[in-house]
Amino acid sequence: MTPLLQVKDVTKMYGQRIGCRGVGFDLYPGEVMGIVGESGSGKSTLLNCMAGHMAPDAGEVVFHTRDRGPVDTVTMSEPERRMLGRTDWAFVHQHARDGLRMSVSAGGNIGERLMAVGARHYGDIRTQAEDWLGRVEIDAARLDDRPTAFSGGMQQRLQIARNLVTGPRLVFMDEPTGGLDVSVQARLLDLLRGLVRDMGLSAIIVTHDLAVVRLLADRLMVMKDGHVVETGLTDQVLDDPQHGYTQLLVSSVLQV
Amino acid sequence: MSDYNFAYLDEQTKRMIRRAILKGLAIPGYQVPFASREMPMPYGWGTGGVQVSAAVLMPDDVFKVIDQGADDTTNAVSIRKFFERTAEVAVTEATTEATVIQTRHRIPETPLTEGQVLVYQVPIPEPLRFLEPRETETRKMHSLEEYGLMHVKLYEDIARHGQIATSYAYPVKVEGRYVMDPSPIPKFDNPKMEMAAIQLFGAGREQRIYALPPYTKVVSLDFEDYPFEASKPDKACDLCGAEHSYLDEVITDDQGGRMFVCSDTDYCASRRAAGHRGALAAEDAA
Repeated sequence: MTPLLQVKDVTKMYGQRIGCRGVGFDLYPGEVMGIVGESGSGKSTLLNCMAGHMAPDAGEVVFHTRDRGPVDTVTMSEPERRMLGRTDWAFVHQHARDGLRMSVSAGGNIGERLMAVGARHYGDIRTQAEDWLGRVEIDAARLDDRPTAFSGGMQQRLQIARNLVTGPRLVFMDEPTGGLDVSVQARLLDLLRGLVRDMGLSAIIVTHDLAVVRLLADRLMVMKDGHVVETGLTDQVLDDPQHGYTQLLVSSVLQV
Repeated sequence: MSDYNFAYLDEQTKRMIRRAILKGLAIPGYQVPFASREMPMPYGWGTGGVQVSAAVLMPDDVFKVIDQGADDTTNAVSIRKFFERTAEVAVTEATTEATVIQTRHRIPETPLTEGQVLVYQVPIPEPLRFLEPRETETRKMHSLEEYGLMHVKLYEDIARHGQIATSYAYPVKVEGRYVMDPSPIPKFDNPKMEMAAIQLFGAGREQRIYALPPYTKVVSLDFEDYPFEASKPDKACDLCGAEHSYLDEVITDDQGGRMFVCSDTDYCASRRAAGHRGALAAEDAA
């Protein structure tokens, strides 16, 4: 099986400071990869480099495109990369406000990607938007409401719907449950897990919440100070942490 | 002899503006940045249009200015006087006699011919402005032809009002490439933009010039199931009886009285001169 995404030696420096250094891994179709680490460990930098929001100083991010096979997205032309960004890729921001158009109705938010790839039939766009609203468990009656009238959890679910509507193959998530209370988090995670399984999505989830990766991720990568200190199957890493930092991380989780 | 250089601006400035105009004509719909000068009028009164007019005017041109279709409103009168004084060009109110027409918010009803130039005053040249506030981003969207967002605006219109409620400054796609703001003309005028005359657009405050060469393909954006419609009030002009011209609604008293009249005053006057009469024409004469 060919990997969907191959990350090779990705390095990003902020002047003298290390953003992330020498990170590499393969992601296979249908696989969910978790990246954990404390604040400032370089996980968001890595995610932004992979998603094309930031240009890495060195390394390759090879994506298996539908039409041309494996292509390095770092060196591909910007129009191509932006095209990927609104078709085969999805990016879920930590703050829903960063990923949504707050002045546009929920339906418009979901329809934006469809219209960006050429949908020009209002009725069809609306039907799909309604369908997706249902799939993320938002009442279809809210279709014409603006996201400003939604709760935090609903905004996050709307953001997910907006991203998945074009049927992407790879989803980047930056702390998708950050800032949500635990019951809403649980519901969102349940939803995400269902969508990932149903659509056969591959995903890369950056988080500092070990419970999130335990639930969603097949594999886990632990980062500290811009380096990867440990990788492995999620359960393996969490149950039997090898690196000192991972041991600290696992033991820091509050038990209720 | 006037104390001004011909058409107010100095020759170097006019050259600079002409270069921008030529570039605009070469890339229809593309917004060319230019070093807009301060003009002796406030921004929003047509400083962009005036600079474009100044750059294209020749001594033997015949100049016409319209504001919302009318030749006799403050804006039109003052700009016409300005060029009468600084360029000493002949002026007219007749669309057919003019060689350069500066306009605000309308395209004349009488079809323009080859050899005429229509200069638009543009307040905000960027059609994506109210959807995407960052200039760097809108430029990128233009260069990469990412215009999905424009349809999001139209989608919102239908979702909220049941139809495309945008009635002026209706976005168009030029020659299958650039999406352009046609300046705040009513969407009734959009189909007229495929015309024989040269169309130049000047935005003074925003420092942009763009242009449409004659017979350029201009398509108004729409949805397959909500096609573009060049709408106007479903009435006839009460003065000249015209049924296919764009109408202004004029409130005549505080009893709910109102009349519809052609917004293009020259078109209306020439129709009346030819003997056409509308429903309230006699009342108007009294």
